[in-house]
Amino acid sequence: MNTKTAERTALPITIRGVTKTYGDVYALDDVDLDVRSGEFITLLGPSGSGKTTLLMVLSGFNRPDCGSVRFGDTEVIRLSPHKRDVGMVFQNYALFPHMDVNSNLAFPLKLRKVGKAEIADRVKKALELVQLVGLGERRISQLSGGQRQRVALARAIIFEPRILLMDEPLSALDKNLREHMQIELRRLHEMLGMTTVYVTHDQREALTMSDRVVVVNHGKLMQIDEPKQLYERPRSKFVAAFIGESTFLPVTVEGGRAAINGRPLSLAEAPLNNAADQFLLLRPEKLEILTNGQTGSHNCFTGKVKDLVYQGESFLLYIDLDDGPEATLRSPTRREVLDAVPEMGGEITIGLHPEDTIIVSADDS
Amino acid sequence: MTAITQDVVSDDRNARGLETDEQHERWMVLGLCGPALFLIFIVMLVPVGWLFWLSFIGADGTMSWENYERLWQSKSYARIFKTTFEVAFVTTGICMLIGYPLTYMMSQLPRRAANLAMITVLLPFWTSLLVRTYAWLVLLQRKGLVNGWLIDAGIIDTPLKLVHNFTGNIIGMAQIMLPFLVLPLYASMKAIDRDYVKAAANLGASPVAAFWHVFLPLSLPGLFAGMLLVFVISLGFFVTPVVLGGGRIIMVAMRVEKSISLYSNWGAASALAVVLLIMTLACLAVAAKLLKLDKVQSGGGAG
Repeated sequence: MNTKTAERTALPITIRGVTKTYGDVYALDDVDLDVRSGEFITLLGPSGSGKTTLLMVLSGFNRPDCGSVRFGDTEVIRLSPHKRDVGMVFQNYALFPHMDVNSNLAFPLKLRKVGKAEIADRVKKALELVQLVGLGERRISQLSGGQRQRVALARAIIFEPRILLMDEPLSALDKNLREHMQIELRRLHEMLGMTTVYVTHDQREALTMSDRVVVVNHGKLMQIDEPKQLYERPRSKFVAAFIGESTFLPVTVEGGRAAINGRPLSLAEAPLNNAADQFLLLRPEKLEILTNGQTGSHNCFTGKVKDLVYQGESFLLYIDLDDGPEATLRSPTRREVLDAVPEMGGEITIGLHPEDTIIVSADDS
Repeated sequence: MTAITQDVVSDDRNARGLETDEQHERWMVLGLCGPALFLIFIVMLVPVGWLFWLSFIGADGTMSWENYERLWQSKSYARIFKTTFEVAFVTTGICMLIGYPLTYMMSQLPRRAANLAMITVLLPFWTSLLVRTYAWLVLLQRKGLVNGWLIDAGIIDTPLKLVHNFTGNIIGMAQIMLPFLVLPLYASMKAIDRDYVKAAANLGASPVAAFWHVFLPLSLPGLFAGMLLVFVISLGFFVTPVVLGGGRIIMVAMRVEKSISLYSNWGAASALAVVLLIMTLACLAVAAKLLKLDKVQSGGGAG
């Protein structure tokens, strides 16, 4: 998208030092965040992490104890919700049950004193955009979950807000529909280009849709990165554990080098610090089975095969590592890989590519 | 081939089994309703049927239309019906004007405060109707508390006529009827998802616009239900108009009582009661039709 449209349709968001407490609990703890103009950013975190609170601060329904929120150059922290001009898709859609689809869509336009002919025109266009042509006369109770989701989205963007907020909008849909809507939301975002803040607790959804993902926990932003960076280079044990499957092996770190039970590891990058509680991150799909001592440059681990779970296109192998905990290996069910799996209880050597060898610290900071 | 026929047979048997089960269940449910139905039959349907029968018995003990003819011909009866509907109508209107803002405030309060407010609404409801009515007499009479305050405050010079007239009767009845409006309205307001109002605000509606376009329409079914209750109960009111109306307000129930206790004319009383019952049912039927229309318009809730 060219920058000219981006300026007209999108605004950057600048959040500085936003704190919100409920009694002793910090729902938001000194949060700083820059959302770029036209960016699709996702707040990802477990329930109670503060991600929805942050979204409510942006929409104006939650007044933080202190801090600053700017849309473009405008400070909005004291602005009432109805003056903020941001679109929002609610988790339960909050479509007005006493109005039909057309009236729901026309509602924000009527409040803005748009002319009758233009309202009809824009409602028609919005229905086309979300592929609901012909359903304008329907009552909300006559719509399926997916259709309601589309109406909620259309209502949130029909008054052309330059910022769009979405609070777990797909959580009520079944898996197939959810995946379909993820792609559609992404397509709409590329078409309309408004700055989008999306809240979810579904890590796959976050990785699929976002330009950048913000991992939130205990009111703090743990890591802000592009999806690939976030998954491949998590900065803390929490982020590594929250996104994807993972096993952690305790390691010792000294002088920028890491070792496990005295064996040095080849690393993608030097560990961040020499603090205690450093862990090697093992992800099931990054591990591979090594046969006949062909180690190459891989970091090697030995263990005994505990269990094999066949899942069709892939299988899971549970291995009791000689270095301690149980690791899981996931691999496609290719003939040569399946043939390389030893008997139950048999010795096995698994390898991890140095680029995938990541040390994370348990320290949350 | 045989397998298919067997399937059909077993399907058939299955369907029949389910049907028998369903019938058993229906009888069970009916059995549970039995005592209540019996009670309604004994204390409601039988007396009403008897009244209906009595209303066709003339003074000489034979079947006749004379009770209804008298109702139709006498102007005083028309006036009594007019007063009754006027009182019910005004009471309903005043309950709505007082009850809606009150209930709205209660629905917005935090839970503990809302419960407290609900108790203050219900407290008078738990005291005897007669006691409350006489309490109003004490408050509203010529040298009562209200007139005393107003004179002391210098707002008026001579006492207002607040009792033994239409005004006094309406003041008392509105207070007594208020819980009947508040209770269904409160339930319906509490059922409105707060996200609707939030969504309206997010879409650009000021608090007043959000209330007017979203909250109010969604609360109307509860309001209508409450108003209907107040109206129907007011139509049959007796104690309050007797005490606070001071003989100037004569409602149907009072005339019924007079016919029986003073003139022992069961036929006339029955005819009055039957006409009031039919008028009330007509009101209910009209309201039910209007309410159903409204339900269609509001899409039948959040879904």
